[in-house]
Amino acid sequence: MAAAQLMDFDKALEMFEPVIGLEVHVELNTKTKMFSPAANPAHADNHDAEPNTLVAPVDLGLPGAMPTVNAEAIRSSISLGLALGCSIAPSSRFARKNYFYPDLGKNYQISQYDEPIAFEGQVDVELTDGTIVTVPIERAHMEEDAGKLTHVGGATGRIQGAEYSLVDYNRAGVPLVEIVTKPIFGAEHRAPELAKAYLATIRDIAIALGISEARMERGNIRCDANVSLRPRGEERLGTRTETKNVNSMRSVERAVRYEIQRQAAILAGGGTITQETRHWHEDTGTTSPGRPKSDADDYRYFPEPDLLPVAPSAELIEELRAALPEPPAARRRRLKADWGFTDLEFQDVVNGGLLNEVEATVAAGAAPQSARKWWTGEITRIANAEGREPGALVAPEHVAALQGLVDEGTLTDKLARQVLEGVIAGEGTPQEVVDARGLAVVSDDGALIAAIDEALAAQPDVLQKIRDGKVQAAGAIIGAVMKAMKGQADAARVRELILERASQA
Amino acid sequence: MTDDIIRLSAAQLAEKLAARDVSSVEATRAHLDRIGAVDGDVHAFLHVSDRAVDVAADIDRRRAAREELGPLAGVPLAIKDVLVTTDMPSTSGSKILEGYVSPFDATVVARSRAAGLVPLGKTNMDEFAMGSSTEHSAYGPTRNPWDLDRVPGGSGGGSAAAVAAFEAPLALGSDTGGSIRQPAHVTGTVGVKPTYGGVSRYGSIALASSLDQVGPVTRTVLDAGLLHDVIGGHDPNDATSIPDAWPSFAEAAREGARGDVLKGLRIGVVKELPDSGFQTGVAASFREALARMEAQGAQIVETSAPHFEYAVAAYYLILPAEASSNLAKFDSVRFGMRVDVPGGTVEDVMSVTRDAGFGPEVKRRIILGTYALSAGYYDAYYGSAQKVRTLIQRDFAEAFASVDVIATPSAPTTAFRIGEKIDDPLSMYLNDLTTIPANLAGVPGISVPSGLAAEDGLPVGIQFLAPAREDARLYRVGAALEALLVDEWGGLLIDRAPELHASDAKGAAR
Amino acid sequence: MSEITPDLVRHLGVLARIQLSDEEVTRLTGELDAIVDNIAKVSQVATPDVPATSHPIPMENVFRPDEVAVTLTTAQALQNAPDADGSRFRVTAILGEEQ
Ligand SMILES: [Mg+2]
Ligand SMILES: [Zn+2]
Repeated sequence: MAAAQLMDFDKALEMFEPVIGLEVHVELNTKTKMFSPAANPAHADNHDAEPNTLVAPVDLGLPGAMPTVNAEAIRSSISLGLALGCSIAPSSRFARKNYFYPDLGKNYQISQYDEPIAFEGQVDVELTDGTIVTVPIERAHMEEDAGKLTHVGGATGRIQGAEYSLVDYNRAGVPLVEIVTKPIFGAEHRAPELAKAYLATIRDIAIALGISEARMERGNIRCDANVSLRPRGEERLGTRTETKNVNSMRSVERAVRYEIQRQAAILAGGGTITQETRHWHEDTGTTSPGRPKSDADDYRYFPEPDLLPVAPSAELIEELRAALPEPPAARRRRLKADWGFTDLEFQDVVNGGLLNEVEATVAAGAAPQSARKWWTGEITRIANAEGREPGALVAPEHVAALQGLVDEGTLTDKLARQVLEGVIAGEGTPQEVVDARGLAVVSDDGALIAAIDEALAAQPDVLQKIRDGKVQAAGAIIGAVMKAMKGQADAARVRELILERASQA
Repeated sequence: MTDDIIRLSAAQLAEKLAARDVSSVEATRAHLDRIGAVDGDVHAFLHVSDRAVDVAADIDRRRAAREELGPLAGVPLAIKDVLVTTDMPSTSGSKILEGYVSPFDATVVARSRAAGLVPLGKTNMDEFAMGSSTEHSAYGPTRNPWDLDRVPGGSGGGSAAAVAAFEAPLALGSDTGGSIRQPAHVTGTVGVKPTYGGVSRYGSIALASSLDQVGPVTRTVLDAGLLHDVIGGHDPNDATSIPDAWPSFAEAAREGARGDVLKGLRIGVVKELPDSGFQTGVAASFREALARMEAQGAQIVETSAPHFEYAVAAYYLILPAEASSNLAKFDSVRFGMRVDVPGGTVEDVMSVTRDAGFGPEVKRRIILGTYALSAGYYDAYYGSAQKVRTLIQRDFAEAFASVDVIATPSAPTTAFRIGEKIDDPLSMYLNDLTTIPANLAGVPGISVPSGLAAEDGLPVGIQFLAPAREDARLYRVGAALEALLVDEWGGLLIDRAPELHASDAKGAAR
Repeated sequence: MSEITPDLVRHLGVLARIQLSDEEVTRLTGELDAIVDNIAKVSQVATPDVPATSHPIPMENVFRPDEVAVTLTTAQALQNAPDADGSRFRVTAILGEEQ
């Protein structure tokens, strides 16, 4: 496949207006699946389940099996709909979407079609410079996830040329809410950034509601990005492409940008855009056409006869509305003001996905600046090195406790970093690590003075320099003392004592 | 003795079991012997349980230990192969499921086991319950015990033939458009389609989910009530299961048999189903049954159901549409037949397997249903058919405003000859003319033997329909008519069926 | 009189994943044509004012509590599998060779 021609992004924006639409699937973290009582792999307890261990008859489409609706998934879906500013349908229903694929146990997906549970909403999305864009929501509907295919053999192990495929139905039936935006106009050159920020907003809402693990790298949130271009001054919408399964925030921004540049090059060259689904390739940062399917658009939807309409009472809707958390954008504005961070400091926290962690650490007693430094600094560094999530490494209370030990002088920053490693390694609370590893600062002046006197005696030239007023020469003595103390001393106190001893001796 | 046991009704056998005049092992062996003797000819069974005697012995042991047992404990039961079972294969009459053993029991099977019934085996049926003759079974046709050259009806011909041939006192069936009631009609037995949602569908291999109902297949109305009491009631595994409490249907049948239920009963006769639409002997038997009930104080009232004429058309859109989706799971991936296609993709394997594994009637209906749901055709076909459903429900509601039950002949003709209609799907579809409206509307129906057609000496059934949730009314009325006729005939209609003779030519059931 | 053509039947066979032979297509075209002529009459009475009935007994809000129930073991899940690797179902390649 030849590399696609791309037009310079700014030039593309001069000629065309981009219109984007986003379809985001959110996996709910209920205990059980949408339509079966099997444990839900999108729940924190079940992440590493062996293949085909979380399956009920209906997930495999076994003869005679029937679906039943998870009450908690209904509540989560309504809450999500409300958080997106949607109206909740007085009556909605499930439908069958019929298509054959080996990861689909019944060869139909139970979804919602003409009567979704939530419709007509909007959500405020904040761009990095603080601009608020209101994204219109078309609908949010409930459906079930499909199983997982692993392609084996062939040159690359990818689907093309694979010899066979293995199917694990653990994920089949995981509750999903699919959120569909209306076409988004007017984002212009910020369309890629908006796509990313929108996805972050959906993630934040899901986290705030507590309805999803919301880890993109685990596929808890997945995005399909629709992009079309229309020439400046044109009323009619251009032909769109749908890039499937763009599963990180960075990728969605890149994919939208790529499609704008690719389509602009085609249109400017007199070509036409094919309406198709496209695949995103993380490695090359490009999209390629999906397999053309002759029957792709004939899903033969019809009302699911095995399930009944969902008609939430006004009381239930109001109960869930009253329990809604603060909208993420408002929450961010509040926290930024409370913490007194600069724009840059705050963006660091937001972009690192560390708002919750910092908030919990502050709540546990740490100063906001200390909490921020730990999370965006050392903890993020270790997380990156280990390929894990910062939030999964250490509990906010431990971070606050660690900072407390620094503040009271028990630990130096350097020692505190060692204690953090111990906590991450599972050695206990910071205090327990300090005790077990014997890491506390030596605060006994007697021991320090003995070491200082020894070092001064060993380096009389340095002592002389200090006495001559060359105070910076004390560094050499500090080094020797710290070495003797195995680093467990407060350097500032050591310095103080050196100056004192030098003047006395 | 053996012959005596198999000719007992389930209620009579249950009494003897409770009194310990007969053991469940004896009763089970008697029926297994009967199957061995006649099923080579009848071919009601696809599979005979090798555990039946053990299960019976366990019931006998529990009875000896004075355990509390249900009223039907120890009575043998035949199970339509559409119902999944953990200890026997479940094929739904299809090659594509040959040898399939379910990891779970259908709810009705689990409830039957819990009630101490003894599963004898799985009965033959039209493939995936698509048919009215059991000729569409992938495992060969079942024969009508009244005339082995004739069909036993369908799709549950196996269950009806099993009880008609005294191979089992009780059987489970499923009725999507008449598959319990029409076989009852042509075999001189009793069949009930409960109110939709009255009996769990969980574990019933779905044909058309919004039409399917599981129900009892027996020789007497009381037996049907006893079995219905065992299998009915709310099941959280079936979302469409009605949560209401139900009265005892056995009690309703007893009440009908002894009381004066017929006095003042208003029986509606649908004027859009004129006698001319039925075989002469069928229409005559129907009129005679009505006359007898009238003589006992019932009022025969002409009612109108103007949309019944659209019922068959709506049914042959809704059924294939839902079936095309329900049968998509038979794709060779997780269970069932797989035909390998060297060098082919999984799509090729699926398509070739489904071509080889499904019979012609199944393919016909899947293709028809796929068409009815296709983009651009949905509104004209499936959507319109769902509207006809509303109109038929309104017809029923209007009729039941002035009558207690509606009566019709259970089917247009007596049992036809094997092969007679197999190549004519349209005329085959008309067999369910009178039974289909109940499935579309969700109301309950019963077929009770009304006599023999004069011209061919074959059984005829009368169907009663009641409003949704009023199944008990059917048991009262059905038992009242049965009692009248048994009085007059000196026995059940089935007792007049010709003797079947042990045949060693064809061997026992597989 | 209806619009059933051999091409349509072949397309329906693809949608339904049934590899129909040419004879089957020919036979089904004729049969479906006759059937559809007979069932098309539903549209005569299905006027816009008539609501559709998808469930014969109207009920709503039938939910299950979010509690894990006994489900299948892997052995049970795979017990009827035509092919498996011990924990997963095995199917032949989903796409053909790369073109
Ligand atoms: Mg063929
Ligand atoms: Zn979706």
